[in-house]
Amino acid sequence: MNLTAPQLSRLKVVVFLAALIPLGHMLSGILMERLGANPLEYLTRYSGDWALYFLMMTLAVTPLRKLLQQPWLLRFRRMLGLYTFFYAALHFLMFFWFDHFFDLQEMWADVLKRPFIAVGLMAFCALLPLAVTSHNGMIRRMGGKAWQRLHQLIYVIAPLAVLHYYWMKAGKHDLTRPYLFASLVAALLLYRVVVKWRERAERRPV
Amino acid sequence: QKLVASPNPAYAILDKKTSQKDATTYNNFYEFGTDKSEPAIMAGSLKTRPWTVSIEGEVKKPFVLDIDSLLKLATLEERIYRFRCVEGWSMVVPWIGYSLSHLIKKAEPTGNAKYIEFVTLDDKKQMPGVRSPVLDWPYTEGLRLDEAAHPLALLTFGMYGEVLPNQNGAPVRMVLPWKYGFKSVKSIVKIRFTKEQPATAWNKTAPREYGFYSNVNPEVDHPRWSQASERRIGEDGLFARKRKTLMFNGYPEVASLYAGMDLKKFY
Repeated sequence: MNLTAPQLSRLKVVVFLAALIPLGHMLSGILMERLGANPLEYLTRYSGDWALYFLMMTLAVTPLRKLLQQPWLLRFRRMLGLYTFFYAALHFLMFFWFDHFFDLQEMWADVLKRPFIAVGLMAFCALLPLAVTSHNGMIRRMGGKAWQRLHQLIYVIAPLAVLHYYWMKAGKHDLTRPYLFASLVAALLLYRVVVKWRERAERRPV
Repeated sequence: QKLVASPNPAYAILDKKTSQKDATTYNNFYEFGTDKSEPAIMAGSLKTRPWTVSIEGEVKKPFVLDIDSLLKLATLEERIYRFRCVEGWSMVVPWIGYSLSHLIKKAEPTGNAKYIEFVTLDDKKQMPGVRSPVLDWPYTEGLRLDEAAHPLALLTFGMYGEVLPNQNGAPVRMVLPWKYGFKSVKSIVKIRFTKEQPATAWNKTAPREYGFYSNVNPEVDHPRWSQASERRIGEDGLFARKRKTLMFNGYPEVASLYAGMDLKKFY
């Protein structure tokens, strides 16, 4: 299957709007008071969940593109990556607001004391340069190689994000979902390692 | 179903009460699921009549009480307590019950009795969550005998003028307002007096995170989050900081129980 240019741009609009559904769910939930007894906790977790979902989707683009031989999928990677950043930024903002009421010092103390928060913040900080450099002008200015190297940071961010989630959940002793995400990230990263190996093997003179 | 009780002004804090809806739809009761919205949906399968509580262990003579005689053992009072969860949120709830000390007196513990163990119902048929291995079932909790005999320790049958909803631990539970919520064991079927400190459900699961005492203490953090502040359900949030957590959750009268103890060690 190959998409024509108009089909592709139409599909892009659909995906763009679909990715806003979680935001809409949060906003309507607030307005209609439908988020339960602890809406702030709900919002913080929900935005974090979606940051993680979009991170998985972003990482899944390359394997799916190659396995299904659908090159056009690549055209969605940037949008998915930016939505990862968007929901991660919301998640961070909520933590900073709801948990620390914009008190930078207090937040910093919390970060230093608690590894699960530190790891989450590290993942978010590492997302920043990727979000900033995610337009064509920047790719041109940096050169493809350097840009690609920078964006390999995602391979560090994904395990950090899963670790953050795992440690958060560990207190409730309910680890089904953290294990699920960990296996997904492992599979998505392992795929890349295998591909690299194969390429190297093919290049070797027989 | 209404439950009649007269308010006891000695145990009525003045904070704004949490709405009944919030207090009955936001529950940690793993026997009905690990998500806090699940118990309100899933706990309909719990049968609270007939129900018996057996009193065992280091007592003069073990006995079994059915729930209706247990209800009549002492005068029911309404008490408004702060309720602080170890997760960092809190509520203010009007409970109905009487001091556990009345039951302790009736049980006539022997000189060997130093602790009390509480056991929650463990029935896969009524409690879907018990099929999952998140905790080592049945849920058990424990107190030192002098803690259990403190007048604040409330054997609880109702809330908001009604009998306890299933998701809040029907038909009978403990409420220990100076301790984190998970100490306030729900749907009790057995109370055992013991010589040795009993093992408790959360302590077995994560000993570094949940101690035997688990008194509310703003100075002793949970390994993964601070206990210095809390979010009052229905109040703190968008436009206000979280509130400071009070030592013993604002019940200084229990402090003498722990005189001379290092509360950082006995967390």
